[in-house]
Amino acid sequence: MEKNYAIESNKLSIHYGHFTAVRDVSIKIEPQKITAIIGPSGCGKSTLLRALNRMNDFVPGCHVTGELLLQGQNLYGRDIDPVEVRRKIGMVFQKPNPFPKSIYENIAWGARINGFKGKMDDLVEQSLRSAALWDEVKDKLQESAYALSGGQQQRLCIARTIAIQPEIILMDEPASALDPISTLRIEELMQELKKNYTIIIVTHNMQQAARASDFTAMMMIDDQRAGGVIEFDETKKIFTRPQDKRTEDYVTGRFG
Amino acid sequence: MIRKTFESEIQLVKDEVLLLGSMVEHAIIGSVEALKKRDLKASEKLIAEDKEINKKRFAIENQLMILIATQQPMAHDLRLLASTMEIISELERMGDYAKGIANINLRMGEEALLKPLIDIPRMAQKGADMLHRALTAFINEDVEVAKSIPVEDDEVDALYNQIYRELMMFVIQDPKTIERANWLLWVAHNLERVADRVTNICERTIFIATGEFGEIKSSDDEFWKGQKSS
Repeated sequence: MEKNYAIESNKLSIHYGHFTAVRDVSIKIEPQKITAIIGPSGCGKSTLLRALNRMNDFVPGCHVTGELLLQGQNLYGRDIDPVEVRRKIGMVFQKPNPFPKSIYENIAWGARINGFKGKMDDLVEQSLRSAALWDEVKDKLQESAYALSGGQQQRLCIARTIAIQPEIILMDEPASALDPISTLRIEELMQELKKNYTIIIVTHNMQQAARASDFTAMMMIDDQRAGGVIEFDETKKIFTRPQDKRTEDYVTGRFG
Repeated sequence: MIRKTFESEIQLVKDEVLLLGSMVEHAIIGSVEALKKRDLKASEKLIAEDKEINKKRFAIENQLMILIATQQPMAHDLRLLASTMEIISELERMGDYAKGIANINLRMGEEALLKPLIDIPRMAQKGADMLHRALTAFINEDVEVAKSIPVEDDEVDALYNQIYRELMMFVIQDPKTIERANWLLWVAHNLERVADRVTNICERTIFIATGEFGEIKSSDDEFWKGQKSS
């Protein structure tokens, strides 16, 4: 029986005009697992991540070739609505980016424009609980999201993403602007979230990938400066017995 | 802030160490029991089971390596994981001693025991009991208990001395018994080593809890001193 993957790419390449930034990525992402994408700066990690929910559509001159399949459907197919793709595949960014609104509205707003018809108070509470933030903010839901600390803001952004019930959550360096305690909290939160969601995280912090992920994709650029996945395996294998010499050099700090 | 994921992984490793420990205890007691009854089938089974002990040891070692590589343990966590690596190797060696005893039983074949076994089962029981308590102390990181167990090694050494002298008496009286005496001396020696390795486990427990390396008095020295002076 064929295994079900959360999302899979088939020779996915990302081009900016004539320049190929990411070449021929074919990976299969397991559902309800955390997959980390690692590699040296400029290897195309974030570019690849953004292509997974068609965020690159916003970049002028960017076009994608190959296939990106979500439940058998090519997300770059002709009839696909990119807005719907982004609803199914949410994104959390490096720098917490709450809306300049109350904590409550940060969550309610996205749900409302996505046509949420249920009880909003319940959705807000449930989302904040899932993001391990409820206890810290339940008495100040109407206060501005900007009053929260960086770590709390990031968890609010995660709550906001969860509120529209995506299938996959993409995280682009979600903890790089946070202190070690907040970082650890986000990592523990990811372990909770993976019970319900598939998570793909880009991180330049190798230790974080090692600690928090189940699978790791190692990316590196080729001689034409196009990034590609050179090794993709269980995280424990990547960090104890990688197969590719370049991965070995990278994880042992001898490269990049 | 608690690292829930890491903590639960550590717990899993500790559970596996306890499981390995109970396999080894079973092997020690079982090997002497089989010898006592001259049950060759039981010894063959124990030899086969030693492979499982080795397998378990490598599986735990792999788990530990993954935790060290992925979780970046520091301070107490690092001491715990590094020491556990050492402890499982001690356990595996103890399993080898039990296998050695099983092999002796097989090598003896149809030959009768030189004497009924009394002190040898006592040594086995004592060693297995010390091991059990040493592993409990390891799990609880109980320094006081870990310090108290190696003292009991003297009892094991005393039993060994007694067996040694007794067997020498047989040999002196009838040199033809030398081979049969030698079998039993090997058995006793293996059991004496088991207790020594329990001491190593206790030293590791103290290191995990306190960060202090220390060697608890080795009774081996006492034994050899005793031999020279007599």
